[in-house]
Amino acid sequence: MDCNWNDKHGAINPDSAIDFLPREQLRALQSQRLSAMVYLAYENVPLHRKRMDELGVKPSDIKSIDDISKLPFTQKTDLRDTYPYGLFAVPLSEIVRLHASSGTTGKPIVVGYTREDMDVWAGALKRCLLMFGLTRSDIVQVSFGYGLFTGGLGLHGGAEALGCTVIPASGGNSERQLMMLKDFGATAMACTPSYFIHLIDTAQKLGLDMRQFPIKVGVFGAEPWSDQMRKYIEQNAGIEAFDIYGLSEIAGPGVGGECREHNGIHILEDNFYPEIVDPKTGEPLPDGEEGELVLTTLSKRAMPILRYRTHDITSIIAEPCPCGRTVRRIRRIGRRSDDMFIIRGVNVFPSQIEAALMRVAECSPHYRILLERKRDLDSVTVEVELNPDAYTDNIASLEALRKRIQASIMNIVNIKIDVRLVEAGKIERSEGKAKRVVDLRKI
Amino acid sequence: MTEILKQVSVFIENTPGHLRKVCSVLAEAGVNLQTLSVAESRDYGIVRIIADSPDKAAEALSAAGIASKLVEVVAVEVADRPGALLAILDKAQAGGLNVEYMYAMTRGVNGNPLMIMRFGDTAKAAEVLK
Repeated sequence: MDCNWNDKHGAINPDSAIDFLPREQLRALQSQRLSAMVYLAYENVPLHRKRMDELGVKPSDIKSIDDISKLPFTQKTDLRDTYPYGLFAVPLSEIVRLHASSGTTGKPIVVGYTREDMDVWAGALKRCLLMFGLTRSDIVQVSFGYGLFTGGLGLHGGAEALGCTVIPASGGNSERQLMMLKDFGATAMACTPSYFIHLIDTAQKLGLDMRQFPIKVGVFGAEPWSDQMRKYIEQNAGIEAFDIYGLSEIAGPGVGGECREHNGIHILEDNFYPEIVDPKTGEPLPDGEEGELVLTTLSKRAMPILRYRTHDITSIIAEPCPCGRTVRRIRRIGRRSDDMFIIRGVNVFPSQIEAALMRVAECSPHYRILLERKRDLDSVTVEVELNPDAYTDNIASLEALRKRIQASIMNIVNIKIDVRLVEAGKIERSEGKAKRVVDLRKI
Repeated sequence: MTEILKQVSVFIENTPGHLRKVCSVLAEAGVNLQTLSVAESRDYGIVRIIADSPDKAAEALSAAGIASKLVEVVAVEVADRPGALLAILDKAQAGGLNVEYMYAMTRGVNGNPLMIMRFGDTAKAAEVLK
């Protein structure tokens, strides 16, 4: 019989125990790991040594986790500039796995894992899956892409480590995905939230009701998604949706996850230490204040990363979580400092547009934002598909709806943005990360 | 003659090729168009189609991934002489009916043109205009 661990009576699955460590013990562990990791990085990675030397910091200066702010930042460009193996701290003979991110321009960034790193990663994912209430009785369909992307193989390893039955579906072929969900009886699915919405739509077109499927948990990550999207997913698929956070530079998915309180993401800070800094000055900000998330790997051997600038904007929630976990939470990531676009001097995040759209009942979750430059003036157009019933036969009511959508956006971002109603199916459905912003400006 | 008909309304983008696509789907399905009108806004238009088999038309469009709606409209025979349409509009007004839109059928009955008229209350309109 399967035991439902981490229940309200206080049972704790041994694999989750570290999530519940008393704060002082956790800090002692973090301090010890940070110190060792800094030696590893300094002695084996020329870039880290050079950066620390420039700041006049020696490994012996890092005695406790509080000393972390003395360390230099690592930027995404550092990973690109040292392509492919320049940040590895161990010989290639120790590396058992490589992953790479799809670089939008030029070379990708490459990350490596030792055998131990793989175990830590799978362990972290296992703890996330336990947070989502999954057990070894669950059947998990992994529909993140398999391959160089960390999503597919990462979740695969974690779910297998937990003892789940894993369906390595990978991405694509929506009808087949639905067939497997139904026939194989998957109780959980891991994919991007936008792909899951695409599956809900596909099911509806095929006359299938996902609420009748055995699936009860959705594990969603790799792109920001709003609470409105969560509501849409939960209502239309009859599941509980969980946010999983991660990035390849640090490990992949499993850096943190949501517990059933659904109020922030627990960062597994015994392995991945979070800080919040001012995105402009890099100055550390106290818990509770919003800024850029910076992550340091505390137990990675192959590729220790010091204070990685994630560009994800969030804040740390220091208050204890009702679930009892002591590892701190961050607010769900709604925006990235590099996703932001500036229109007529106003900072706009795609998540704000999405929130505005979802306030209008007739809008479907399928939209994209076009940035254009007309006669030296930037313009933003939001293309949105409507829910099937909202395509009325009446131009006047469609125009009124268009104005309502525009007003809803105006309400949030305070600038006038053009809205274009488009045919159902016009917006490309992504099977990976949804591309929401299309920048057509030629500058 | 006054009759309630099913009209197929299709939302299309106001860009080249979209109307053609709709017509090609209907042609392939063997649907014969009796008349059609396009109402347009800046970005999109609504194609309103009277066809020999509206249900088949809607099905074929849906299978091609094109969303359509079936809407009831009233077909009214208009005598081919001055004041004939006026008389119909007078009747509609007297019945408290508002014409949302109207367009003519290419092929009429009894040698008279047919007007396709959309009202908020189709059943009442059919009754009033009988």
